[in-house]
Amino acid sequence: MSFALTVPAPTETWYLVLGAVLFGIGSVGVLVRRNPLVLLMCVELMLNAVTLSFVALSRSVGSIDGQTAVFFILVVAAAEAVVGLGIIVAILRRRPGVTADDLTELRG
Amino acid sequence: MLDLIWLIPALPLLGFLVMVVFGRRLGDPRAGYFASTMLAGSFVVTVAAFIDLLGTPAEDRSHVVTLFEWLPVGNLQVDMAFLADPLSIAMCLFVTGVGTLIHVYAIGYMHGDPKFSKFFCYLNLFACSMLVLVLGENMLVTFLGWEGVGTCSYLLISFWHTRQSAATAGKKAFITNRVGDWGFMVAMFLAFGAVGSLSFATVNGAAIQGDLAQSTATAIAVMLFVGAVGKSAQLPLYIWLPDAMEGPTPVSALIHAATMVTAGVFLMVRVNPILSVADAWVPTMIAWIGVGTALFAATIAVAQNDIKKVLAYSTVSQLGYMFLAVGTGAYVAAIFHMITHAFFKALLFLGSGSVIHGMHEEQDMRKMGRLYWLMPVTAITFIIGWLAIAGVFPFAGFWSKDEILLFAFADNVALYLVGLLTALLTAYYMTRQVIMVFFGEARWTDKSAEHGAHGDAKPHESPWVMLGPLVVLAVLSTVGGFIQMPFSETTERLGRWLHPVVEPAEGIGEAHIDGSWADEHIFVLAIIALSVAIAGIIAAYLVYQRRRVKAVEPAILENAWYYDQTVTELMGGPGREAFEAAAWFDANVVDGAVVGSGRAVRSAAGGLRRLQNGYVRASAGVISVGVVLLLAWLVIVRGIV
Repeated sequence: MSFALTVPAPTETWYLVLGAVLFGIGSVGVLVRRNPLVLLMCVELMLNAVTLSFVALSRSVGSIDGQTAVFFILVVAAAEAVVGLGIIVAILRRRPGVTADDLTELRG
Repeated sequence: MLDLIWLIPALPLLGFLVMVVFGRRLGDPRAGYFASTMLAGSFVVTVAAFIDLLGTPAEDRSHVVTLFEWLPVGNLQVDMAFLADPLSIAMCLFVTGVGTLIHVYAIGYMHGDPKFSKFFCYLNLFACSMLVLVLGENMLVTFLGWEGVGTCSYLLISFWHTRQSAATAGKKAFITNRVGDWGFMVAMFLAFGAVGSLSFATVNGAAIQGDLAQSTATAIAVMLFVGAVGKSAQLPLYIWLPDAMEGPTPVSALIHAATMVTAGVFLMVRVNPILSVADAWVPTMIAWIGVGTALFAATIAVAQNDIKKVLAYSTVSQLGYMFLAVGTGAYVAAIFHMITHAFFKALLFLGSGSVIHGMHEEQDMRKMGRLYWLMPVTAITFIIGWLAIAGVFPFAGFWSKDEILLFAFADNVALYLVGLLTALLTAYYMTRQVIMVFFGEARWTDKSAEHGAHGDAKPHESPWVMLGPLVVLAVLSTVGGFIQMPFSETTERLGRWLHPVVEPAEGIGEAHIDGSWADEHIFVLAIIALSVAIAGIIAAYLVYQRRRVKAVEPAILENAWYYDQTVTELMGGPGREAFEAAAWFDANVVDGAVVGSGRAVRSAAGGLRRLQNGYVRASAGVISVGVVLLLAWLVIVRGIV
């Protein structure tokens, strides 16, 4: 008896759906979480979801442009992570255990 | 030397600035010496400029010195520039000359005053403003001086500001002058609108060449006359001048003789081409307002008992003569009378100050009398001033008043008759004053009891620092007529000197009366004027010295025809309501529009700022919603998939 596990070949739609799900998780995370570090991670998740969509679409369209954009996003994301982490670490040092809701200095 | 005429106003200005900083350290009397030196310096510069101007041909006697660009705004190009021409230099000569004498006098008069240095500080600023006014090359520079003398008069009239009446008088002068300033400003707007320049040369030039429409010229002339009426205390705005007596006496002399009140007459002479182009009723109106004021003020002066009030009303009256001259086209006569008036009115005021000083601050003539034997120098100089203002041959006033009456006769006999009646009253009230102060019986002796603690109750002669200027002014009042004698072309020195200014073109400016009946019978008119003056003197002599006739001093004249009370009632009643209505309109409608729009923006912003609550997730949510809406718009409306 053999279990022939037939896995259907993944299509672009799968990747796009996965990207949308990841983006949704990320954006909901930004909206509901209060830990600054988690917020940053959620933003990264959203960025990576978009990156995945770029790759998938690039393949379906048959153009290299999408994959080129991915490199840019990776570089920018790296820089953004550095700056963002630096800021968050600085804030946490000054006010240990602070949440995003406590940081309302820009209130109008 | 003419390039240095900016020094004329600059020296008193420097004096002012130095005394603002170091006045208190200079103190009494060095601040007075310093201030007098500064103005004397101006006088020296003026004399030098005068000599320089004499050396140039008559038609080139106009020199502009531009210091810097003042207002380079689009079409409005105004320079800080001074004009040296026969008119401005003639004015400067007596402003600085008489002004210096008054400064010197004030050293003695103000001696011991706790605000001695501040007084001279203001006095120098006053002289500076007047010189800027006179030397201004364009209307705006003149207006700067114009406002300057207004401000200084306010500061000086209310100099003893702890006295309620002085504080009120200062405010009254300032506010009344503002009415006139309004006229001057409107005239400037009109002139700029019509000609595109504020320079006297350009505006007058446009009038001479016929580029100025008659209606515009009429409007400008009327508005400038409104300004002149305010500054030169004519009907109906004369009310501030008698109250200006609240200031120290040297200030009265300065305001009445050398500066300030002459500004209006000067302005009219300066813009004489505009008056020539304006409708014929404008000069007629000026002449009638002038002669009307002259008579009106003279009647009031007849019944005043304050030694300075008499002189104040006589100034209003004499200024009326000057406007009569302006209205009849006798610009030279106007300036001539202004100069002689500066001499004898300064003399009379300083003399009255000397009397007040000697009487221990007593101003009521009913408490004086017989001072001739106690204050001989003051008395003799005062008598010379009296003869000059009354128009007795050969004193200065005789010549100038006669010339004005001559032109008035040539213009309209009615004007002449009113002017003659005024001359009669002038001689009468001045004689009354001289008799009440210096002759008759002494009415002050009874005061010695209450003045017991004072020690010296007897009136005394003033120090020489005060008498010196009196003597100089007495000499000038005697020989002042010398500058313009109507015998021939050569003796009309002032006329020749002013000719380029008062008659810049054929048919513009100065009226010509050659060949008229008045001109041919000039000696008849002179004898009539002289006999009228002597009649006035004799009448007053009979009434006040001999007491043959009972004095006629009705209450209505003593109260100045109740003019002040009427103005107070009108302005305090219906006027006040009108002003309050205007203020309400301003506060609620005009300001309401401005404040209302501000308030609307503020409340809208107050609503919007709630969005900025500072929560990161709120911002992120707004961004997400925005992205979704943007995508929806792109897909649904624009159809991009």
